[in-house]
Amino acid sequence: MAPPANEERLRQLLLRGLAGDTVAYNAFLGETAAFLRGFLRRRLVRLPDEVEDLVQETLLAVHNQRHTYDAAQPLTAWLHAIARYKLVDLLRRRSRSDALHDPLDDELEIVAVADRDAQDARRDLDKLLATLPDKQRLPIVHVKIEGLSVVETAQLTGLSESAVKVGVHRGLKALAALMRKAP
Amino acid sequence: MKTDELVALLARNAEPVPARDPSARVGLAMLAGMAIAAALTVAVLGLNPRLGRELALPMFWVKVSFAAGVGLIGLLAVRRLARPGRAIGGLRAALALPVLAIWLLAAVTLLAASPVDRTALVLGETWRFCTLNIAWLSAPVFAAIALGVRAFAPTRLRLAGAAAGFAAGGVAALVYTLHCPELSAAFIGIWYVLGVLVPTAMGALVGPRLFAW
Repeated sequence: MAPPANEERLRQLLLRGLAGDTVAYNAFLGETAAFLRGFLRRRLVRLPDEVEDLVQETLLAVHNQRHTYDAAQPLTAWLHAIARYKLVDLLRRRSRSDALHDPLDDELEIVAVADRDAQDARRDLDKLLATLPDKQRLPIVHVKIEGLSVVETAQLTGLSESAVKVGVHRGLKALAALMRKAP
Repeated sequence: MKTDELVALLARNAEPVPARDPSARVGLAMLAGMAIAAALTVAVLGLNPRLGRELALPMFWVKVSFAAGVGLIGLLAVRRLARPGRAIGGLRAALALPVLAIWLLAAVTLLAASPVDRTALVLGETWRFCTLNIAWLSAPVFAAIALGVRAFAPTRLRLAGAAAGFAAGGVAALVYTLHCPELSAAFIGIWYVLGVLVPTAMGALVGPRLFAW
């Protein structure tokens, strides 16, 4: 089976994003969210309320693990493995494996159906963010939400520039861990 | 927070990220673990007094090759399993290769030996300690490899744990040759192989907890 037409375009967006092009990276994450939603909605037929939470959790995982994407590898294989891992992880956590209707083995399908109709997530990410320690929360709030530069954030918070970068990185990882725990 | 907002948050000011191959990180971890295991071997078990003479014997190097082969193939498997969406494919068969090779050599040796000598070839002088020693020596190596793997994103956690244990067992077996006086393929084929299988099984057991993300 040939990879879907979406694969190459999405892959180019990710590669440009990894090189530091935030516009391309935003487009990559936006489209990936739609594909994840399509993929997960069809597999969580009995848990429709979980879909958007899992889309967000998987999206954060894609971001946190973006250094593990190898440009020589098909993007679909990589995305599918992450989405499948997060889905199985959720079902195991809920121990409701009966919600798993379809086999999960067709990786090309992951970029086949986009679903742009986002429901509201039940889990409140802002609340989870508020529970992070300051050295992680403040860098995320200033750099990732308010859009300040690392230098500006360092001046504002009194943290060093590398502490700001590390704070963002560790904070997003901690957020991912909180999402696995918070129902 | 809406998903669109999350997308914008994640993309905003995103730093460039170089793709990272796990082999460098995990390989370094294996070397660090090997140094610790070697120090423990010398300090706790002591060097084999006959080591100097054995260096000239082909069987010593067969033993070293077996252990190094297990470690290297284990590293290749860990490298693949540390990233999402990487099949281990042909490596699955390669994992058995060093074991099959030593079994073949063991079978030839045992068939060629007179029945009286066979027990000695299998049990040597140290069969009681060999497996146990390799197993505990693999613990620091496994810990180092596991730290390396956790910097990546394995999606098949049990398999990744088993591969990490297999690699750690290979390194521990390699280091154990500093102490071990045995030179029979039958001995290596049983007690060394068991020594590698113990950390492999332990790795499979703890993998799902250790590597979850």
